[in-house]
Amino acid sequence: MVVCLQADKMVRLKWPLFQTLRGVFAVYKPPGIHWKRLRDTVETKLLKELNSLEQRVPRQQIRFLPSFTEGENGVETSLTVAQLPVLADHPRVKGPKFVGLKVGAGHRLDLRSSGVLVLGVGNGNQQLVHLHDRHLTKEYNIQGSFGTATEDFSDTGRLIERTTYDHITLERLERIIAVIQGIHQRALLTYSGIDLKSQEAYELASRGLLRPMHKSPPIITAIRCVHFSPPNFTLAIQCLHETQQYLRKVIHEIGLELKSSAVCTHVRRTRDGIFTVEDALVRTRWDLHSIQAAIQDSRSKVNATLGATVTSQGKTCPLGSKARRGGAGVQDPHQWGRMHTVHGF
Amino acid sequence: MASPNVRRHGNLIMVNGTKMSSLCHRICYRWSSLRITGLVFSSKQETKVLPKASYSLRSWSGFNTHPCLLTQKLWRLENPNLNSSAADSPPSKEDGTARFTESSILLNTNQNLGKTEPSRLAIDVQPVALDDAPHPSLFEEISEEEALRIEASPPLPPTSFTLRDYVDQSETLTKLVLLGMDLSKLKMRPNVANMLLRLDFDRDIKGRLLFLKDVGVDDQLLGAFLTRNPFILTEDIENLQMRIQYLQSKKFSKEAISRMVSRAPYLLNFSVERLDNRLGFYQKELGLNVQKTRDLVTRLPRLLTGSLEPVKENLKVCRIELGFRENEIQHMVTNVPKLLLASKKKVTRLFDYLHNTMGIPHHLITKFPQVFNGKFLRIKDRHLFLEHLGRAQYDPTQPNYISLDKLVATPDDVFCVEIAKGTLLDFEAFQKTL
Repeated sequence: MVVCLQADKMVRLKWPLFQTLRGVFAVYKPPGIHWKRLRDTVETKLLKELNSLEQRVPRQQIRFLPSFTEGENGVETSLTVAQLPVLADHPRVKGPKFVGLKVGAGHRLDLRSSGVLVLGVGNGNQQLVHLHDRHLTKEYNIQGSFGTATEDFSDTGRLIERTTYDHITLERLERIIAVIQGIHQRALLTYSGIDLKSQEAYELASRGLLRPMHKSPPIITAIRCVHFSPPNFTLAIQCLHETQQYLRKVIHEIGLELKSSAVCTHVRRTRDGIFTVEDALVRTRWDLHSIQAAIQDSRSKVNATLGATVTSQGKTCPLGSKARRGGAGVQDPHQWGRMHTVHGF
Repeated sequence: MASPNVRRHGNLIMVNGTKMSSLCHRICYRWSSLRITGLVFSSKQETKVLPKASYSLRSWSGFNTHPCLLTQKLWRLENPNLNSSAADSPPSKEDGTARFTESSILLNTNQNLGKTEPSRLAIDVQPVALDDAPHPSLFEEISEEEALRIEASPPLPPTSFTLRDYVDQSETLTKLVLLGMDLSKLKMRPNVANMLLRLDFDRDIKGRLLFLKDVGVDDQLLGAFLTRNPFILTEDIENLQMRIQYLQSKKFSKEAISRMVSRAPYLLNFSVERLDNRLGFYQKELGLNVQKTRDLVTRLPRLLTGSLEPVKENLKVCRIELGFRENEIQHMVTNVPKLLLASKKKVTRLFDYLHNTMGIPHHLITKFPQVFNGKFLRIKDRHLFLEHLGRAQYDPTQPNYISLDKLVATPDDVFCVEIAKGTLLDFEAFQKTL
């Protein structure tokens, strides 16, 4: 006979555990770890805990076993009833009950960056898709340093040139930043795809709800300097549809604009849509209990954003593509005040 | 098949002589019942399952049904309690199934069930002259004894993905599971399952288990041992004994040997020359004396079972890249043997961080080789936290010195409170700023 390889099918979780393990939650990705490895680690830890909680009761079977008793005329056979567990259900024969769990990752972070990474479990993966369609902004804290230029715009790349940076002042930096913001604001107006001369556009822009609802190049909606001590400086950037390498390139270009050069030392995401650093779980807290609690906490926020009630099956009915002007009244709680005209979601 | 049986019956009749008529009757229908089994199977060609009373003409690896059937019949004949009254005969349908599995009982009692499990894909069913046999009626009476022994279980599938289908019926597998062997892990290794089904508990497995017990493997660990190395059940017992004798000749104590065998289940599968080679290698490369080599190997017997190439690579890395001296390497390896089997990349990365970023010199790392057991991210987080608090002091001559083993080995809350003089929440908040 041939015994082949076959992975066990994914088993449906029991109802109470299933209900709490559906949704989205945020983890804090440390630098130097690939996001896929992080997702795999979370899945493995959850599976291990679920399997340890699972108690399997084997089926019982009734067997009539022959027994030999001493009788008058010699050895007699008779049958005794015995209730034995079916060994095919024994965990050492069947294996662990849970073999796979659907854990999906939201907007990715590359190897060197760190920060908030949103994961979804079970039904939450669908919510992740809807959250992505909402095109919410993300916030980054980017640390840079003047004086060097490298090949891949980061401090670990191959060095291309060294420059002086004594002439750089905070005022000059802020001027450059404002120029960048202006450029991106014009891009925002273009890509949001509405007629600029209409009343609708004016209202949205004034309320700060203008966003491109479809694929677009990276757009920086807000940028400011939070720390400046040459050669090091830190910028806080609010952006859409970006990649971390693009942000490093922005730092490089800022250096060029200031007639010097700059490299990015660290990229850190502080907010991804509605999830902030406070909601994110640290590495030591990636266990079943904390994740369940995190999902519970984020449920109301997610429901409010997606603008629908969660049905009893856990399905969300979002407003869909009709809600092009997104947000449905959800304002950005992290507005930066009067510095910028376009802000938030 | 007709002639040998008849001959056999003929002999038996001649041997016993008493109650000939009833004997004849019983023997005749016994013979005919075997026929029925054969017939039933031949009509169900698609099942491909070997009949449990395999045809006696079949030549099989060492297994001969002849004596079994023969002894069974002798026993039956001597038993004066055989009773085949019409009143007790079970209904006809049961008869049919009874016949089908009746012969299985014959072998059940002889505990050869494991052996007769279908273990071959292509069934070379001997074309027995079944068509010549008369078809006995299903209403034939059988004795109560035989009726009681009927265990009508559904037929086993000829091929399967798991051992679940066979474990209830096979005594070998049942006993292995009850010993603690994990069959679910073994289904990933395709040859193992086939091999296990071919084994017979009494003949093959019992002897080797007793041997392992003599060596000193703990009963609870036996299951895990067999899960890791099921091939020990096919090793020659003489070879195993020879290898134990070799280890004893090298002056390994009994506890040491039992420890080594428990922790490296594949150890006894290695030939004596191979073991000798490995021991010699470690003695030469590390330059340790005999006693220290013995201790090293007792602590980490995996050194003897794994390949030597990674160990050579690791030693080269330690000497050339990391710049440790010979005596330093000897000291570290005797304290933390895992260093020899650790991944080259991880060791280099950790050392790079310790030496270049944290500024710890070679002699301190040599003094605390257990840092190589720690996880890189953990050490990095803790170091940055201490630096943030201004307590990153690893020089023993300075005040507020923090030793490396405390940095690595203490759990998080103890570390935060005692060493960093902060709280766990502070530490987590700090981790989120990295």
